[in-house]
Amino acid sequence: MSLLNGKALSLSRGQRPILKGVDMTLQPGEMLGLIGPNGAGKSTLLRILAGVIEPDTGELTLDGQRAESLPHQARARRIAYLPQLSEITWPMSVERIIELGRTPHLEPWQSVGETDREIIDRVIQQTDLLAFRDRTFNTLSGGEQARVLLARALVTEPDILLADEPVSALDPAHQLDVMNLLRQHCESGHSVIVVLHDLSLAAHYCHRLQLLYQGATLAEGSAEAVLNEKNLADAYDIALTKANGNALKPTSLPWRRLHKDD
Amino acid sequence: MIAAIRQHRLMLSLGGAIVITALLSLTIGSQPLPLMQALQESFGEKPGVYSLILTELRIPRTLVALLAGASLGLCGAVMQSLLRNPLASPGLVGSASGAALGAVITLYFGVAGLFAFALPLGGMVGALLATLTVYLLAGRDGGTLTLILAGVAVNAFALALVSLLLNLAPSPYAVQEIALWMLGSLSNISRNELWILLPGTLLGWLLIWHQGRPLDLLTLGEETASSMGADLPNLRRRLFLAVALAVGSAISVTGAIGFIGLVVPHLLRPLVGYQPSRLLIPSAMGGALLLMLADMGVRLLPVQGEIKVGVVTSLIGAPFFLWLILHHRRRSV
Repeated sequence: MSLLNGKALSLSRGQRPILKGVDMTLQPGEMLGLIGPNGAGKSTLLRILAGVIEPDTGELTLDGQRAESLPHQARARRIAYLPQLSEITWPMSVERIIELGRTPHLEPWQSVGETDREIIDRVIQQTDLLAFRDRTFNTLSGGEQARVLLARALVTEPDILLADEPVSALDPAHQLDVMNLLRQHCESGHSVIVVLHDLSLAAHYCHRLQLLYQGATLAEGSAEAVLNEKNLADAYDIALTKANGNALKPTSLPWRRLHKDD
Repeated sequence: MIAAIRQHRLMLSLGGAIVITALLSLTIGSQPLPLMQALQESFGEKPGVYSLILTELRIPRTLVALLAGASLGLCGAVMQSLLRNPLASPGLVGSASGAALGAVITLYFGVAGLFAFALPLGGMVGALLATLTVYLLAGRDGGTLTLILAGVAVNAFALALVSLLLNLAPSPYAVQEIALWMLGSLSNISRNELWILLPGTLLGWLLIWHQGRPLDLLTLGEETASSMGADLPNLRRRLFLAVALAVGSAISVTGAIGFIGLVVPHLLRPLVGYQPSRLLIPSAMGGALLLMLADMGVRLLPVQGEIKVGVVTSLIGAPFFLWLILHHRRRSV
């Protein structure tokens, strides 16, 4: 049985359809890449999966159970959502913001305990934020802020992490770091759905790709199957250069991280 | 850990200041009150004039200042966190102007003189109705901006109605009565007012109890908060009702007291690391302290008659508000 299952998810804003009956499934340990041109409905689909908005029609199940029947907090323990744009209202410290990620695991009267603290420390280390933990969020660079927000989602230890363009503000080195962190999250048995604009990152890191175009699924499957000449032309109006042959292969990422601490 | 210690230290200092101020507030007034003698009289066989002043006037006045100030400070922190806006005040959702309108209606139609609870009751009804109107106008899932705009509109309308009643007031005496009430004062507080204030205040506080967590989550934005388990429509309903009850009760008893709810959370926010849940209790304590101090101030000012405490809080609050706007502008440039 799949972990997360969406059937015929549709949503309109006024007369304008945004999603037109999209199906999706996610297996445990899988990293699914949602790709497609701007306005294809990727973010909307992710927000529906996160429970932030309700679809007009269609059904969403988590472990075979209807997602909307789950209590808010129980759902939040299992699915973490990392939106594309995030502004922090108050100039809180990095550590306090990351700490908030443990909230779904706490009762209203509980405060962060020993176990929570260990998880927070580990994630701060993983995301390379040790030097920033006492800094104010607003004083960080865009890339550092993106890592703080990812850390906030990771400390929830969710079964499913939904990340909307988590690397768009990052330099190539930190892009690789973030993608590696997402992969690590999968390797510990959890699943990730990530919206990406960088097709080579998507091909390289995701187990499976789902290509959305004008609110519907245009193609779905392995990178080779999805990123072929026809789909790229139909969805993005682009063509691969001759050097890449007729499909973007998972191995075609031109760089790798040299020194982690540089 | 360090943050927790700092938080405790802040609350201890505020608590200490509140106790000292409350004790001072009992002794200060048009008639200096020897506290020990008043206490001896109170527990003695024959209550004298000092014990009467203490139990009938000073204690109720001090407690009302403490409770009303605490409600204003607390609800200011709640509204600023809920609306994610540092310029939000507890009155923004209509509670203050609604309470004023309700109270003024009872004064205008002479109902206020019929029985002791009429005026504050009118205020409470006004506060609840105005808040409900804002809530309905903004819609169940209305965004923050819609809520703020709806609040601004309802406030303007309620204050226009107050002006209309002032305009149509049957006698200069009625105008004076309404105008003086609007200034906000603690000078005519007796035990009755305390009993009127208490239920709405406590109920409001109770509704805010344990709501710090979702307010923290709102720091990350509405969508993230809701993805992290915050039930935002429910939170909004609950906190609106809480603010209507607590602020409505306070304003109904004291008249309009401005700026405490806006200023106090701002002063204390940096001291609690800007975290909304950690701001709530210190903000309530700060509000209580500030209103007691302002009320003591008006009793000490060497002027004829007594300057109304609402005037003093606004006199201090308005320049601070201005500073706040300039400070924010400088930061965003």
